[in-house]
Amino acid sequence: MSTERTSPTDRTETDGGTLEFIRSKLEIFEGDRLGQIGLGILCSFILIGIFARPYTIDFLNLTIPGLAPHDPAERAVGGRLESPSGAHPLGTTHMGRDVLSQLIAGTRVTLIVGSLAAFMAVFIGTNVGLISAYFGGWVDDVLMRITDIVYGVPFLPFAIVLVAILGSSIVNIIVAIVLILWRSTARVIRAQVLSHKQRPYVESAQAIGASHTRIMYRHILPNVLPLTFLYAAFAVAWAVIAEASLSFLGFGDPNMLSWGEMIYNVYTANAIREAWWWVFPPGICIMLFVMSVFFIGRTLEKEVNPELQHQ
Amino acid sequence: MTLLDINGLKTYYRADNGWVRATDDVSLSIDRGETVGLVGESGSGKTTLAKSIIRLLSDNAEIVDGSINFDGTEVTELSDKELRKQIRWSEISMIPQNAMNGFDPVYTVGQQIVQVIRHHEDGTSKKEARERARSLFDELGIEPDRVDDYPHQFSGGMAQRAMIALALALSPSLVLADEPTTALDVVIQDRILDTIKEMQEELNSAMIMITHDMSVVSETCDRIAVVYGGRIVEIADTETIITNPRHPYTLGLRNAFPDINDDDQELISIPGTPPELVDPGEGCRFAPRCPFAEQECWEETPEAESYGDGHAVECHRADEIDHLQEEAGKKETWTEQDLGRPEDSQSDQPEEVMLDD
Repeated sequence: MSTERTSPTDRTETDGGTLEFIRSKLEIFEGDRLGQIGLGILCSFILIGIFARPYTIDFLNLTIPGLAPHDPAERAVGGRLESPSGAHPLGTTHMGRDVLSQLIAGTRVTLIVGSLAAFMAVFIGTNVGLISAYFGGWVDDVLMRITDIVYGVPFLPFAIVLVAILGSSIVNIIVAIVLILWRSTARVIRAQVLSHKQRPYVESAQAIGASHTRIMYRHILPNVLPLTFLYAAFAVAWAVIAEASLSFLGFGDPNMLSWGEMIYNVYTANAIREAWWWVFPPGICIMLFVMSVFFIGRTLEKEVNPELQHQ
Repeated sequence: MTLLDINGLKTYYRADNGWVRATDDVSLSIDRGETVGLVGESGSGKTTLAKSIIRLLSDNAEIVDGSINFDGTEVTELSDKELRKQIRWSEISMIPQNAMNGFDPVYTVGQQIVQVIRHHEDGTSKKEARERARSLFDELGIEPDRVDDYPHQFSGGMAQRAMIALALALSPSLVLADEPTTALDVVIQDRILDTIKEMQEELNSAMIMITHDMSVVSETCDRIAVVYGGRIVEIADTETIITNPRHPYTLGLRNAFPDINDDDQELISIPGTPPELVDPGEGCRFAPRCPFAEQECWEETPEAESYGDGHAVECHRADEIDHLQEEAGKKETWTEQDLGRPEDSQSDQPEEVMLDD
């Protein structure tokens, strides 16, 4: 019948600490080359993002140097539109700014937008889906009709109007992304919860005297969490692309240079044809970042859909 | 001493074509420490009856009428919160049909038992609750270390034991066991039933055992209630139900189970299917399948009649028991009957016409 434990020794210690926990979670990447590549790329981007600019710790009188060789906004660190050289590995912009420094600094924006927007969108989507499916009836009707309406809103026009009204700051861009992005998570989580709601363990929990909130968040949510993580991964990719599109169209935060905005700058400087060193790096970075997230998502998908494991 | 007193309970399900009367006018009382078996076919309303007691019904079900008095508390009138705090699990617990799915797959079995104990008993430390879970496991014959295992790591029999541990964790005064052994093989079944009996006697809990297996109830129960079409058609102590039943359905059920002492016994099944419970109308619900049905049976719902010593039967012909018992033992009685309502010209015509003649 089911798994009988063969010996008492092959049990993982329950109090092995967080390290053990993280290791057990990383097990799904084992033997999955693409997932490992994705994880590697993502980790490098995260490190680059964190250490992009120098940190000064005042009370220690210590400055950790940043990875960016120059201040990305500083003009005329080199000549105008210089092609790559030893001093400027990725050349310079039409104002003589260092492209490599801009690229490294732009990683931050990407990470902030990607993680924050995805987290918030998935948070909202999961809650909407969970509440909608669990309570059913008119609650379900209202929440799902709202989801339907959001499904009908095209992203770019909506975001452009919103940013035009509220002003282009990174917060507003994130808000615009979140307001659209939660819809797919809500739908998928709702479907999953509908199925879990009928399972005997939920009835057991009811018989035990658990309240609605307890059943929803302590019993059903952990069971749909793998799906939530999967959608979070895809949401990160989508949010980064959305931010890049908005920035490319000129609606980016002027104070925070992102990859999308770099391409926008190349475009407005009319330099796309000549300055390949300026336009390719941000484009490739966007592609690499999104790709890494999708690779990770693909690995997570195996956890959700065991059928994929045997292919 | 009466622990649970159900009176005239009607639990109906809303369906597209009317009310499904899954439990229709059922009365049942259970003493402390007593075990009552609910026997009947699938779809006869056994589980609905049991779930009504802790109001664990699906959204489309409703307790339409009747009272459920549990130890002085009227369960039908409690708010959800009171029900959760006072009744569910601390007083009435449940062993579900399939224990494997009864556990939440993301927590270890131990965590779930600890959660239950701490949820209902404020101030119990995690450590105490864990110790109790371990000792419960020990008593039920599972290695205590296995509290740290996840439900899927248990075999079917062990999961069922663990579920029993969970059900008894708070020493409830009533346990609802919904076919606790159907999913298990016969050897494990027997051991589980023994374990349930032992633990139950130790805690002096009453139990309602739902099953379609006559042998299970005859082994474990003090009294047996035979459920058919949403009604208790016969109730008596186990001995009486086995040796001296009065309802034709009980007679039929008995025929359908093998007797270990009888070498050439032929099993006889009851023809037909369980009744449709959407607005069944008047008349005995067993009449369409009953070889002894008479005109009266089709027209009037039989009232429960007492035959002494807690033996109650809902049948118009229960008085002719000797005749019925003899006939019911023969195979022809069950195979050669006409199913369906007998043709009679009288009821087709208005009565006044008859008088005019």
